[in-house]
Amino acid sequence: MDSGISETGAGAGPRSEDRLPSSASSAVKVVIVGGFGVGKTTLVRSVSEIRPLTTEETMTQASESVDDTAGVERKTQTTVAMDFGRISLNEELVLYLFGTPGQQRFWFLWNGLFDGALGAVVLVDTRRLEVSFDVIGRLEESAVPFVVAVNSFPDAPDYSVEELRGALDLPAGVPIVVCDARSRHSGRDVLLQLMHYLRSLALTSEAK
Amino acid sequence: MSRQVPDWDEGGPERLYVITGGRSDPAEHRGLDLVTLIVALADPQVGMQPEHASILRLCGSPLSVAEISAYLRLPVSVINVLLADLLTERRVEARAPAPSLPDIEIIEAVIHGLRNL
Repeated sequence: MDSGISETGAGAGPRSEDRLPSSASSAVKVVIVGGFGVGKTTLVRSVSEIRPLTTEETMTQASESVDDTAGVERKTQTTVAMDFGRISLNEELVLYLFGTPGQQRFWFLWNGLFDGALGAVVLVDTRRLEVSFDVIGRLEESAVPFVVAVNSFPDAPDYSVEELRGALDLPAGVPIVVCDARSRHSGRDVLLQLMHYLRSLALTSEAK
Repeated sequence: MSRQVPDWDEGGPERLYVITGGRSDPAEHRGLDLVTLIVALADPQVGMQPEHASILRLCGSPLSVAEISAYLRLPVSVINVLLADLLTERRVEARAPAPSLPDIEIIEAVIHGLRNL
């Protein structure tokens, strides 16, 4: 599930075991993007050293008559939440993982998010591939390197990797990995796949 | 993920406007990122705006902008305004994210760190 994670009270700080060492000098980020319910937060939670936290941004949009509380001037304020987790890689370097919804109407969140991101994981549910089309197109446009991770739900159709590559119209170089977002080991392997891919890209560009 | 402002009535636009004094997000000018690490350089002081004091209390050890936003339950844009004040007053230090360019050393360090998980 993608919601209802952060239970921290307002003003509460990190638990002492969640504090970074004072030597922590820089951070990097990876974005996990996918549709609702695809398992972004599950993946973040399975690899994060802290319980996932939620940062929120308000979005003012024209009211679409659903979920309208106040109905002031036919505009609604929607709070869009991003769940994120953290992995301390060593005494200096920290990796943050942000889960963000893939639907086009949330792309406004992406501006600050992808700036400086190492890369992205597109988390895919084979029962709802269509959510991923726009996301993948947008990442390609923005030149954000990404891997595709298929979260294996028990009742999901069993496509081969090559069938998925075709269905998602993915370039040959983009890795596809099947994962179980609930598993720490599997989630870690997804991140490692992304890093190996980034390394190969960096080596290729250095060689030019 | 998307929901109507629930426990944010007190965090409605009016309150946020008061907290920031109506100023908008200057992050671009300060170079703050979601994962910029903030460290307090000073203790909270009497008479300080409560949100400034809260940030100083939180950042006794390094904390990312995103974490500050999560713990204080304020939007990142509001946190950025508050941090800009604290940076100007030299009450906090900002540790910039690692360079995003395909940097082999960073990527190797991430791989190494992940393998140790």
